Amino acid sequence: MSGGNYYVPDSSRYPIFAATSLFFLVMGAGGTINGTDNGTTVLYLGFICMTLTMFFWFRTVVQEHLAGLDSAQLKKSYVFGMAWFIFSEVMFFAAFFGALFYVRTFAVPWLAGEGEKGAPIEFVQEMGVDFWTGFENTWPVIATPDNGSEYEIADKTMAFPGWSNVLAWLPLWNTIILLSSSVTVHFAHLGLKNGSRKSFNRWLGATVGLAVIFLGLQAAEYYEAYAHYGLTLNSGIYGSTFFMLTGFHGFHVFLGCCMLSVMLVRSVFFNHFETHDHFGFEAASWYWHFVDVVWVMLFFFVYII
Amino acid sequence: MTNVRNLICTFKTQFIVIAFALSSQLSAEWDALNMTKGATEISREVYDLHMLIFWICVAIGVLVFGVMFYSMYAYTKKKNPVAATFHESTKVEIAWTIIPFLILIAMAVPASKTLQTMYNDEAGDINIQVVGYQWKWQYRYLEDDVNFFANLTTDLDEIYNKVPKGENYLEEVDEMVVIPVGKKVRFLITANDVIHSWWVPAFAIKQDAIPGFINTAWTIVEEPGIYRGKCTELCGKNHGFMPIVVKAVEQNEYDSWIAEKQAAAIAMAELTEKDWTAEELVARGEALYTTNCVACHQVNGQGITGIFPALAGSEIVMNDKARNIEILMEGVQGAAMNSFSYLSEVEMASVITYTRQSWGNAQNGDGEIVAPKDIVEYKKNKI
Amino acid sequence: MSAVIENHHNEHDHHGPAKGLKRWFYTTNHKDIGTLYLWFSFAMFLIGGAMAMIIRAELFQPGMQIVEPEFYNQMITLHGLIMIFGGVMPAFVGLANWLVPMMIGAPDMALPRMNNLSFWILPFAFFVLLSSLFMEGGAPNFGWTFYAPLSTTYAPPSTTFFIFSVHIMGASSIMGSINVIVTIMNMRAPGMGLMKMPLFVWSWLITAYLLIAVMPVLAGAVTMMLMDIHFGTSFFNAAGGGDPVLFQHIFWFFGHPEVYIMILPAFGIVSHIIETFSRKQLFGYSSMVWAMLSIAILSFVVWAHHMFTVGMPLAAELFFMWSTMLIAVPTGVKVFNWIATMFKGSITFETPMLFACAFVVLFTLGGFSGLMLAITPADFQYHDTYFVVAHFHYVLVPGAIFSIMAAVYYWIPKWTGNMYDERLGRLHFWLSFIGVNVTFFPQHFIGLAGMPRRVPDYALQFADWNMVSTAGAFLFGFSQVFFLFIVVKTVMGGKQATDQVWEGARGLEWTVDSPAPYHTFSVPPKVS
Ligand code: HEA
Ligand code: HEA
Ligand code: HEC
Ligand code: CUA
Ligand SMILES: [Cu+2]
Repeated sequence: MSGGNYYVPDSSRYPIFAATSLFFLVMGAGGTINGTDNGTTVLYLGFICMTLTMFFWFRTVVQEHLAGLDSAQLKKSYVFGMAWFIFSEVMFFAAFFGALFYVRTFAVPWLAGEGEKGAPIEFVQEMGVDFWTGFENTWPVIATPDNGSEYEIADKTMAFPGWSNVLAWLPLWNTIILLSSSVTVHFAHLGLKNGSRKSFNRWLGATVGLAVIFLGLQAAEYYEAYAHYGLTLNSGIYGSTFFMLTGFHGFHVFLGCCMLSVMLVRSVFFNHFETHDHFGFEAASWYWHFVDVVWVMLFFFVYII
Repeated sequence: MTNVRNLICTFKTQFIVIAFALSSQLSAEWDALNMTKGATEISREVYDLHMLIFWICVAIGVLVFGVMFYSMYAYTKKKNPVAATFHESTKVEIAWTIIPFLILIAMAVPASKTLQTMYNDEAGDINIQVVGYQWKWQYRYLEDDVNFFANLTTDLDEIYNKVPKGENYLEEVDEMVVIPVGKKVRFLITANDVIHSWWVPAFAIKQDAIPGFINTAWTIVEEPGIYRGKCTELCGKNHGFMPIVVKAVEQNEYDSWIAEKQAAAIAMAELTEKDWTAEELVARGEALYTTNCVACHQVNGQGITGIFPALAGSEIVMNDKARNIEILMEGVQGAAMNSFSYLSEVEMASVITYTRQSWGNAQNGDGEIVAPKDIVEYKKNKI
Repeated sequence: MSAVIENHHNEHDHHGPAKGLKRWFYTTNHKDIGTLYLWFSFAMFLIGGAMAMIIRAELFQPGMQIVEPEFYNQMITLHGLIMIFGGVMPAFVGLANWLVPMMIGAPDMALPRMNNLSFWILPFAFFVLLSSLFMEGGAPNFGWTFYAPLSTTYAPPSTTFFIFSVHIMGASSIMGSINVIVTIMNMRAPGMGLMKMPLFVWSWLITAYLLIAVMPVLAGAVTMMLMDIHFGTSFFNAAGGGDPVLFQHIFWFFGHPEVYIMILPAFGIVSHIIETFSRKQLFGYSSMVWAMLSIAILSFVVWAHHMFTVGMPLAAELFFMWSTMLIAVPTGVKVFNWIATMFKGSITFETPMLFACAFVVLFTLGGFSGLMLAITPADFQYHDTYFVVAHFHYVLVPGAIFSIMAAVYYWIPKWTGNMYDERLGRLHFWLSFIGVNVTFFPQHFIGLAGMPRRVPDYALQFADWNMVSTAGAFLFGFSQVFFLFIVVKTVMGGKQATDQVWEGARGLEWTVDSPAPYHTFSVPPKVS
């Protein structure tokens, strides 16, 4: 179809199905967390509906594309749409990074009686009121400064273990794996551009493989943290920021992994994607690069400093 | 529904009354409608800033709206059938960017200066730790070992319109914060549960009380008098009902007040030794229950379904004396039920005994009382 | 770009809507979706307004009369949330849906199916939010700003549902703004350069960027709340090394841009209306664009002016005071440009123009009080009093809400093909104008005199003006029921509107039929 036409899709039932599924999802999630009757049932229902809706919706989009219905303009709309969606994800992570920076530069020193707002705390302590006595401005803050702390005291952290142990340090391997997966996905892209489906499939397969390994190692790390290090979501602000940042990142890796797998299936089984026309894959690879960049930030701010 | 009908009725009459009242009192009460000048140097500076900005805004408003109203009047289609065609002028646009900017600088300079003075947080002659609780204030005179709570004293019947409202409706407490005039008093403000905010307009002090952190504010009050303020951060159900009353007095009066407070603390300690009967404890406990517990557990001990458990018929209150003491002393982690360990031993014993003896709890449960000695014992074991 | 609307895999005609309920559930048409948004927001406005009436009725006299404090707190929380997220924002999205494609010469929004999704999320989100009223422990009761730890450790169980409803509202807003951005960047008629776009389109482009930047941050904030409540983290809990004030920083990083999200589209609307009824080209088009851009950029660095009393270090207080004051400059430029447009114009005062003029005056009043609030030492006295309530209702009600009403009067002939009843429109305006001032002007006084906000009961010295305010509120409320009547009457019928509708109107939307065809531009118009 020629490039200059507007494409306005027919009315569609998918959006309202998606909205309804979302409704089930949140009612179910809320119910599950609050322990109301049937919460989990509704949650599963929502989850299934959502997956189905997304499957059919995306299938329609792919079919429209294959039928040549979408114009160059619409493709550009998808490109812009994806780009700004990724930007919104960046801002979501910014909230958590912001929280990390804030507690490290302000809240923790203040609690320890240092910095501009710390002075009165020391003053009050001098006057015989115990206010976070003995709390020190160190990072990581793993236990609560509160004396009546019921939290488990973690005896180790995931932070940089020093040069002697660096090779046994899991996050380093994870970094290497994730960085290489960004490279392999790029090679896949090059393969596609050069018209080699074989190379595309291979490299893309490798990327998905690396993603799965990353997720596996991440799970192992969490297991270590909970089972051996006593580091949990309850471990003070360090546990909070550590698990929220790595957790949401891991979740995004999982999403990216799903996207890439779908692309792989589409290419291997359906021969989708042309040398000059493969935005579906490109979108997934952008997302993958984004996830990668977030990890680099994480590695630096959460693990190293 | 009667409520609504009453409301509409009063609406009519009151509105007429008000309309009259307003016209005659407007000028006299103008000051009451503006920000207070307050009782300290700082509060006057703040007032002056407020008025300065206000008048600048009025002036700009007169100018801007003047041109606007003139245009609306003089350039109607009737008077000016054909509009002019100009639609930009770099010169004018630069002017009306620069001039407001300069005006803003003129405002920012004095404002920044005042702020700097307010931020001087060296220790005061007197240092008082202020702690916000749901829904009362604790005051702790750090140098003098004086420590008390201030609760709202306005009667529930006044609030629910059953009796006429008193003069200081919602602005009265059982214990005022007493400070001497002419001395630098520093407040170290924090909170125990949620965020509160300690505001006394006459001192131009408003500082948030944040659990876990300490904020400071200071004042030097010039005139003896009673100054009233309020909690100004939404802190739950009774946020509107936790006033602040500060009484500024001459130094000698202040000294004797401190002495009196300290003597009272000693007398209280002696009471702890005494052997108490259930009736004595219940009698004391009722008032304490009203000030400390009804906000959540309600007068009839029924609580509020889903948020605050009922004490009437509670297994703990009826049969588990040890846990009952522990809950009151330690609070319940992660719930609104805070520790009440700041109550004296006598007070603690009375309020627990009151709950254990009321609402049929004594008949349905073991009926045991908690004596001040039990509390002393509990504290000893903890250490 | 040659252009025909493709008619694919369906024989039935694209140019008319489907019939019945399916039309509304399945639609991908920007006008249908715009209509859905507008009606939805109006419904929310009535619900939020009814809550405001409960608030005002309780405050009519000192003492507790109608509701209990617990319920009062739920009312202010839901009132704030519903008005902002359910009333103003969807109304602006609805206007964007209707107008942006028409103004830039596009057949529809760029991503029509996603457009439908972002609408239909909203009714569900607000159903979840409102259903919390009937849950054990009641609805959220911690104010629309939901400060931790009142909203975490001390919150009712329904908070979980509140959090999830905010999540999906956020998803809806993000999808909506992506759609707006993509439409504007990608679907403009040939020849329409950025600096030729109508100001409403510009204002929405900027708003959409603000939304994409801050809605995810809000989602992050509520997620942290959720974790603190249910999963033992301590982001907002000092006992674990966190800080309740951290919540406020994150919230207001979202919250302040949010208030400009609610006013920038209003700026766009008012610019069009003043231009039309002054019969004179808008003064300073490019400075209008630059002013909006500066406001948007500055809005990211002023957030802590809501937190002057939390005890920030002096340097931070000074920084946030100065940056906040700076916003007066670009906003002033806009006000001056509007007035310069009217100056030497040839003005008539139809209803939209009446609302626009009231907007300019009353919004500026609200801006002045905003500037007073920005002065940190003075804010120590104003903060959390009715002075703040007066400030933000002045910028929101005669600001955002008036601009929406002005827009409805201005474009409804184009939407429905019928003229509204001018006499009734003016009556509605005057009732609203009087009502809004009687309601909110006295709140400046009670605020300065020392009445805190978010209290169900107050000391006796505030009684008189509260009574006046309540009287005004009911007047204003009833006049909005009247507005509903006028709109319904216009939809049902009325004098046939011409295509041009208003003598001085400029812009592509006035070149098409009234009512506008289902797909406005099947052929992109040439823009010179
Ligand atoms: C549409 C919404 C909107 C808009 C546009 C604004 C605009 C502004 N707001 Fe407002 N604000 C709110 C909505 C809005 N606000 C809300 C909802 C809250 C309360 C939130 C809560 O706590 O619940 C709030 C609270 C709020 C506070 C916190 C108060 C407190 O809690 O203590 C402050 C403090 O600085 C502030 C400042 C300002 C300023 C400086 C502007 C400026 O943008 C105004 C600029 C405009 C002008 C100044 C007028 C026109 C200019 C001229 C004519 C030029 C010449 C003028 C001069 C040089 C003076 N606002
Ligand atoms: C866009 C936003 C918006 C809008 C339009 C409004 C509109 C109104 N607001 Fe609201 N308001 C907020 C945003 C808004 N508000 C926010 C953010 C807060 C802070 C919340 C917090 O503290 O967390 C607040 C808080 C707030 C308070 C302070 C509560 C407190 O601090 O204790 C008050 C009190 O007077 C008030 C009043 C009103 C009134 C009378 C209207 C009127 O304009 C409403 C008029 C509309 C109607 C009345 C609906 C139409 C009529 C009907 C449905 C028929 C039934 C009507 C009758 C019986 C008369 N609002
Ligand atoms: C700010 C609200 C609040 C105040 C004030 C308050 N309580 Fe409670 N109380 C609670 C809440 C909430 C719980 C439930 C805690 C939980 O188990 O989650 C509770 C639980 C209790 C229990 C345990 C009941 C049971 O059956 O589990 C007792 C006993 C009790 N409170 C006594 C008191 C007494 C006595 C006072 C006054 C001195 C008081 N409370 C003041 C909120 C409050
Ligand atoms: Cu304490 Cu409000
Ligand atoms: Cu703001």
